[in-house]
Amino acid sequence: MHNALWLLLAVSGLALAQDGGRYGFGSVATAQELSPFVSPLPDGRGLPPGSGSVQAGKELYATQCLACHGAKLEGGQGDRLIGGRGSLAGSDPAKAPIKTVESYWPYATTLFDYIKRAMPLTTPGSLSNDQVYALCAYILSEAKIIPESATLDARSLAAVKMPNRDGFVADPRPEKFPTP
Amino acid sequence: MEPRASRRRFLKSGAAVLGTAVAWREANGAAPPGAAEHEVPSDPSKALGVPLPDEGYGLRSQFETVVRQRYGKTSTPYSSWTFTPLQESVGVITPSGLHFERSHAGTAVIDPAKHFLYVHGMVREPRKYSMKDLKRFPSVSRLLFIECSGNTLTEWAKPTLPTVQGTHGLTSNSEWTGVPLATILREVGVDSGAKWVLAEGADGAAMTRSIPLDKAMKDCLLAYGQNGEAIRPEQGYPLRLVVPGFEGNMNIKWLRRLQIADAPFMTREETSKYTDLLPSGKARQFTFEMEAKSVITAPSGGMHLERGFHEITGLAWSGRGAIRRVEVSVDGGRSWRSAALEQPVLALCHTRFRLPWQWNGGEAVLQSRCIDETGYVQPSIAQLVAVRGLNGPTGSVYHLNGIQSWKVAADGAVTNLHA
Repeated sequence: MHNALWLLLAVSGLALAQDGGRYGFGSVATAQELSPFVSPLPDGRGLPPGSGSVQAGKELYATQCLACHGAKLEGGQGDRLIGGRGSLAGSDPAKAPIKTVESYWPYATTLFDYIKRAMPLTTPGSLSNDQVYALCAYILSEAKIIPESATLDARSLAAVKMPNRDGFVADPRPEKFPTP
Repeated sequence: MEPRASRRRFLKSGAAVLGTAVAWREANGAAPPGAAEHEVPSDPSKALGVPLPDEGYGLRSQFETVVRQRYGKTSTPYSSWTFTPLQESVGVITPSGLHFERSHAGTAVIDPAKHFLYVHGMVREPRKYSMKDLKRFPSVSRLLFIECSGNTLTEWAKPTLPTVQGTHGLTSNSEWTGVPLATILREVGVDSGAKWVLAEGADGAAMTRSIPLDKAMKDCLLAYGQNGEAIRPEQGYPLRLVVPGFEGNMNIKWLRRLQIADAPFMTREETSKYTDLLPSGKARQFTFEMEAKSVITAPSGGMHLERGFHEITGLAWSGRGAIRRVEVSVDGGRSWRSAALEQPVLALCHTRFRLPWQWNGGEAVLQSRCIDETGYVQPSIAQLVAVRGLNGPTGSVYHLNGIQSWKVAADGAVTNLHA
């Protein structure tokens, strides 16, 4: 009797262990279901195939981006995209730093990621991979980070060294303040 | 009169703080939001009341006018924020309809029957969960604050917004119910070498943040419940990630996807936004914890005091644990007294404090400072500025947890002050 009980406990314990303690709810996510999701890592892993030139990006920008980000990428309803190098340091309450893709963004992959998923504001996710590469190329070219003749793809986008790549430090908090 | 414009004028006048339903009705020609208009008998004990509906969803009194207010300076109402009216808050629960909002592409409208959570990347097997699937897992409920890391951002250089709703209204506190994220991560089997979890929303911004795997395993929740019912649309219906004590924007709303990886994804929101630029030109990145902070919610800016007894009350909270002590000063920080803390005091949750006070008509400067269970003492704004700098009118923008001062003038008017 005791032996039978122990055997039962041992078998059920084995069943749980084999199952990894799983409840088993949900279903397998297929490659097709996951295919719309794009989230590149800074080293370029996860960037999709495709490519786009500065020239193609310039044309797209005029129809897809200019209304919010301005003819000279100077911003408007949307963020300013270029300029501001050298403006980050300081402590003047009357003079704000100019944080743009050019001056502040540490990784070019972020630009692809954000445009692909969240832009244009009113029709997010509507641009093809080629179109997004082209827009990245145009913005980075206007920012004088890549030449006007450039075409970007997964490999060359991940290889772009952004001006503020080394502009970030780890969180040192908690800070100890003397009790006033 | 165009009702929206008149409403804006009404709110700007500061009358909202002391606003009456009569004023609201005169300005808008309708009952306040969340209420229905009923005829008011001269004596409720001499008349029948409103009949009980066979089915219904409760409304608040037609005499209650307190509302969230949107920050007017954002360029679009689709990427903007609204403030919780802390000046009217009682207790520690924020009503779901008054929980602050921060959205980057409006409030997503989602049919829960068509909503899935995908979990993939460095896992044994990518999985997909319907809302029905998620609700089958063992659930937990936790009382937790969520604070936008931009809360108080207007106050770095000088006192700017007149009320505590504007200065501190981007923190709210709810009971969140859902599945521990650890349960799901164990379910899918995370590969060795994995260190980060990308969380993505199903809204138009496809809002994303990378969460350290340690934190994900420790106490994050996949929440579908808020204050006893389904999460409100503006809080991420049908599913939001809750990351206790961390920056509000990491609590991804309308959660649709978790991707496990060995490195942070360096998304826009964790590089170009939500990083803390220092005077040196370098920026702090991954400043996750919301540090200990407190504020007096009453008396507070925009109020007008009468002489005599007042209960000074407010809220304290810390992203690193429980509040251990709150001290209140009525003389601009020269002397401090310990406030009573409403029990139970919970970690990562708003704590209500109270101190009795007799106001005899002299000028006073009211302040609160809190100490959390790690021994961290809430600093002054000047101490924070000394480290973080004042780079532009909004300084270092995020993570301003300095001591707030309210000046009480001899005539009883309460105003925002840097002391």
